[in-house]
Amino acid sequence: MDNHSKVFPISHVVGFFMSLVLTFGAAWIALQSSLSMKAVMWIIGTLAVVQAGIQLYMFMHMNEGDDKVTNNINILYSAFIAVVIVAGSIWVMTSGHSH
Amino acid sequence: MGIKWDEFFVTGDPLIFASQIGIALTMIGALAALTYFKKWNYLWTEWLTTVDHKKIGIMYILMGVLMFVRGGIDGLMMKGQTAVPENEFLNAQHYNEVFTTHGVIMILFVAMPLLIGLMNFVIPLQIGARDVAFPQLNALSFWLTFSGAMLFNISFIIGGSPDAGWTSYFPLAGKEFSPGIGNNFYAVALQIAGAGTLMTGINFVVTVLKMRTKGMTLMKMPMFTWTSFITSIIIVASFPIFTVALALMTFDRTFGTHFFTISGGGMDMLWANLFWLWGHPEVYIVVLPAFGMLSDIISTFARKTLYGYKSMVISIVMISVLSMLVWVHHFFTMGNSAGVNSFFSITTMAIAIPTGVKVFNWLFTMRKGRIKFTTAMLWSLAFVPNFVIGGVTGVMLAMAAADYQYHNTLFLVAHFHYVLIPGVVFPIFAGLYFWWPKMFGYMLNERIGKWHFWLFVIGFNVTFMPMFFLGLDGAVRRAYTYSAETGFGPLMMISAVGSVILAAGFAALVYNIYWSARHADRNIGNDPWDARTLEWATATPVQHYNFASLPDVSKIDAFWHMKKNNEIQPLTEDEIEEIHLPSNTWIPIYMGVIFGISGFLLVFEWTIAAAIAALGIFAGLAFRSFDYDEGFHVHKDEILETERKWRKGANKGVKNHVS
Repeated sequence: MDNHSKVFPISHVVGFFMSLVLTFGAAWIALQSSLSMKAVMWIIGTLAVVQAGIQLYMFMHMNEGDDKVTNNINILYSAFIAVVIVAGSIWVMTSGHSH
Repeated sequence: MGIKWDEFFVTGDPLIFASQIGIALTMIGALAALTYFKKWNYLWTEWLTTVDHKKIGIMYILMGVLMFVRGGIDGLMMKGQTAVPENEFLNAQHYNEVFTTHGVIMILFVAMPLLIGLMNFVIPLQIGARDVAFPQLNALSFWLTFSGAMLFNISFIIGGSPDAGWTSYFPLAGKEFSPGIGNNFYAVALQIAGAGTLMTGINFVVTVLKMRTKGMTLMKMPMFTWTSFITSIIIVASFPIFTVALALMTFDRTFGTHFFTISGGGMDMLWANLFWLWGHPEVYIVVLPAFGMLSDIISTFARKTLYGYKSMVISIVMISVLSMLVWVHHFFTMGNSAGVNSFFSITTMAIAIPTGVKVFNWLFTMRKGRIKFTTAMLWSLAFVPNFVIGGVTGVMLAMAAADYQYHNTLFLVAHFHYVLIPGVVFPIFAGLYFWWPKMFGYMLNERIGKWHFWLFVIGFNVTFMPMFFLGLDGAVRRAYTYSAETGFGPLMMISAVGSVILAAGFAALVYNIYWSARHADRNIGNDPWDARTLEWATATPVQHYNFASLPDVSKIDAFWHMKKNNEIQPLTEDEIEEIHLPSNTWIPIYMGVIFGISGFLLVFEWTIAAAIAALGIFAGLAFRSFDYDEGFHVHKDEILETERKWRKGANKGVKNHVS
């Protein structure tokens, strides 16, 4: 860890400011903008996904250590499963006359 | 919380009354025998509190075989009822209960425990490890599964069985249409058992990723380890869906919520959607480890390295991804749009591609091999044509337009029995015959094994082949009777006769276990089949620490090369170090009991009592948190003594008991 501390943690600082910007940006769009409800949901949902990516890659050591390949595969697979379950269920349940 | 004590025990049916008496007598007999032979202490210290993956595996297998008897009797009762038209052996309600418990038990308490049992026993040995990654969690997995299974099984004598089919579709399974407590047994017992399975999945993902011996890279793992690894990943991905669905079901039935009801804004179809989001991956959870066992067994008895190892790995990874993308094919007819049905038709047919690759790889493994026709190999050979019938009828069903014709008929029932029996049960039998010597130090009798094989395979085909034609003629599934005018009588009778042959085959297995335990040769060496993977590179039966020194692997089929290079030598004293192993613990079985009691109270909707009992779960968690037991060390003397015994004979050529 010693040689780590000598380098200026630029990615952490960038990540920190990005998180602030994204958080306050989302709050501003939700509270202050006059966009439609649907547009607000899409925008803050997108910002949340970007935020999650920043957390994973800049703070949660996704690309460090011996397990970085495994970690990345894990995250990709979880994202795949989440999309299949949520988007898939919505598609199946709202198409046709099954709902 | 009106407690209806007069409805507590199921009464009024002579069959169930006989079972109640039988169960009471068996329990009294077992307790008396344990006391008389002074085996309580042995049972507690050697089995009930063990964290040894081998013993946990054997307990899983024992449970699976016992549940097979229960599920099999359910199946025979159905066949008895439908053998002739207008039969009055079972009434409609009883028939509903029997097909429900048959399905649940055969999938979740027979196929799963038998496969997880074999995985438990074999995987740590195949990767050259001394145990799974989390031994105590492994024991907890077993006891939760066992607890769930027992809770589900008592339903038919206490409270009444679930009767809405193994899929328990809403709205039928809801309170409005099934007001009794039967379906609570389904929701609660499967929740408990499912938690155990989920833990097994996590445990084996970590075990395979972290516990492999030196030199065993992922692409040098035996195929059974590969398939178990992928299976564990599917478990981790899909079981939480079932957990959520069952929790919502419990809320609907016990607390009056409206997730799946027709009234109050519920979506009854959402249950089917969530059930199959878990249920279809579940099919691959049971079939993939079975494929892995077949790969290792075929490679052993064809005496060749597995053909197309890389394509096998790619196929199982493809299957694991596709398995999450096909669930709607279980309810094509529920009114989805044409777009949805087309998409899921195509993904379903796509699964036939990697599966076909695997079938051809097995055939090419056998090509030009010097095949030995042992019982284990016979099961593997019978698997191929029978499973292909199941697979091809699956592609027929995958076409959504055609499915409107086939769905809900016995054609479908025949199809999934042709997938699950050759695809799961045959390989399990193959695996039992193959690994039995490793587990117990003696082999199952080959002669009785062949009786078992022929009776079972013939019985299976005679039972289920007529059902394809019955289904095409319009016989619906889950119907307790039919009229003589339908003309189903003769084929139904043939099918019933087949089921008796099938049962005789299973009886031959039970007799084989009894006969071999009493009479089989105990002097069989560490490698009776001339096998290829690491589980055979240690003593038979396996010593409790598995390997004195962890093996070093450089190739696929590691043990085959160890034998060629004469690497199994007597160990010298400086090659041995003390081995650190985990101690036994009472917490897993305690948790199983508490979950069982708490679940039982919840089934009867005595929610306050269930909540109080559930405090015991937190007590168990607290005990575990303050458990500072660091395990124990196996001393050098003991290791030297054990190793000397089996290594003496290991180099004098391979003993071959099969000619």
